[in-house]
Amino acid sequence: MSGERAIAFEDVSKFYGEVLGVNRVTLSLPPGITSLVGPNGSGKTTLMNLMAGLLRPTRGRLSVLGRSPDDSESLGRLVGYCTQYDSFPRGMTGRSLLRGWLGLHGLAPADARRLADEALERVGMTDAADRKIAAYSKGMRQRIRLALALCHRPEVLVLDEPLNGLDPMARAECLALFQGLAREGLHVVISSHILHEVDRVSDHVVLLSHGYVVAEGRIHEVRTEVTDQPMQILVRCNRPHVLASRLFTADHVVEVRVHPDGKGLLVRTRDAAAFHRLLNSIVLETDVELDAVAPADDDVGAVYQYLIGSDAEAL
Amino acid sequence: MSADAVAVARPGRWTAPRQAWAMAKWELRRIVSWRNTWLLFAAFAPVVILLAHAARDRQHRLEDETIVLSAILQMYYIRFATYFGCLGVFMRLVRGEIAERTLHYVLLAPLRREAVVVGKFLAGALTTTLVFGAGVLASFVLMYAHFPAGRAFLTQGPGLRHLGLYLLVTVLACLGYGAVLLAMSLLFKNPMVPAVVVLLWEGVNGALPAWLKHFSVTFYLKPLMPVELPIAGVLRLFTVVAEPTPAWLSVSGLLVFTVGVVAFACWRTRRLEISYSTD
Repeated sequence: MSGERAIAFEDVSKFYGEVLGVNRVTLSLPPGITSLVGPNGSGKTTLMNLMAGLLRPTRGRLSVLGRSPDDSESLGRLVGYCTQYDSFPRGMTGRSLLRGWLGLHGLAPADARRLADEALERVGMTDAADRKIAAYSKGMRQRIRLALALCHRPEVLVLDEPLNGLDPMARAECLALFQGLAREGLHVVISSHILHEVDRVSDHVVLLSHGYVVAEGRIHEVRTEVTDQPMQILVRCNRPHVLASRLFTADHVVEVRVHPDGKGLLVRTRDAAAFHRLLNSIVLETDVELDAVAPADDDVGAVYQYLIGSDAEAL
Repeated sequence: MSADAVAVARPGRWTAPRQAWAMAKWELRRIVSWRNTWLLFAAFAPVVILLAHAARDRQHRLEDETIVLSAILQMYYIRFATYFGCLGVFMRLVRGEIAERTLHYVLLAPLRREAVVVGKFLAGALTTTLVFGAGVLASFVLMYAHFPAGRAFLTQGPGLRHLGLYLLVTVLACLGYGAVLLAMSLLFKNPMVPAVVVLLWEGVNGALPAWLKHFSVTFYLKPLMPVELPIAGVLRLFTVVAEPTPAWLSVSGLLVFTVGVVAFACWRTRRLEISYSTD
């Protein structure tokens, strides 16, 4: 990935005095949706603040589409950042906040008005835009933060817990919006505790723990590299018991369980390739008919659990 | 991303001044609020007393009134009200936003950090000079306009020159104190202690060695005062006494001092980071 088109961290460390933010991070984030996943204090927000130029690395180099974070003017134009800070300038309405902020970009009032209205419409806040932000619900404040991140049409969208406070319908709309933006070629970097929803939209995942990058890449690739944890594969077939008896003979198969609905098996294997070869031969030799074969733990939640250790649901 | 939106967001010839002015407007929205009405009380407190004086007292001597007004200007406005007014306004330009966790909005905008500082300084300077300038003007008019000799002093005597000098001193005090206090707020997490030190420094400026006097706002204001107060002893430290320095040198000296301090604040802001939890 060319440095001009990626968000590149080269051996980046950030310390807050004696406290570690992130340490020796080397990453290259491509266009599309990248999820930052990790427990509280793992360094997700620090990484995002570094990308947005709110923090400077203590050590190492960082560039966002070829721009240095020292160039605040250029970076501000490239990056839209939806922060976790739930605070707003006093006395402002959603619309006045967006227009005032776009005014800071040096935009003419007419352009600021146009872009603000467009962003408000995009996040479904047009009707409430002239109410004071102080009177907004948590979900509305979150949407205004999203509108602020989107309104200047950035090329990099950094979203720190963007789904917090949103109802299921709004979450689905936001995820669709992020997917649409990623399809347009934007870099969308998301941190979220709602792993199953992030999992659905992410092209790329970065797992963080205690300030270190534990793993990064496409979710399937990351899962494949976790060799100490047997892969879990769901096999849908017409004769699960016959299949199970054959699978038990293989050394790499650690566990076979009949699915609760009786129409398939959950297999744990140390060697997925060998398992697939074995499955092919069983199908050829017996009258077992397969309906589907799919990884059962090839998702962010499972990868998180294997690599970081705690229960992903408890995030 | 459509091309037209990117085009309007590109910097042009007038972008930097537009950004600084937009920053000033953004800041003025914060400053002009009910929470800052105390500024008006500070600026207009002497006006209320002078109003009572104009309405009730019948004997007015021009010389006495001139000394009293000069005392109000030097002891109250310049030493006290303007300083604490600037303390309340300029120190909150950055520290206030950090306390309210809203500084990131400004730092995320595609602004040069210098434009942030200049815009904020501009907003603080506009607020304090307008409020305290209006207070000084009202005090001056109330002091002289209610008796014939006072009116003659204003229309035929040196009254208007005095007024001009007092307003100039007030504006320069706001700029000088403002720049120093803004820089302090960028240097220290809790700038109140250094602010007290600055106040003491300004207070004892008259007793300092000649070369140290230059690092003081009061030093530049002294030669501009049209009236010397007849005060002796320790209290003399708290008055602004005339010195034979040309006015143009004082004005340009203070402006250079202000520009220098604001430039330092700009340089300091380039390394400013947002980490609310540690601030």
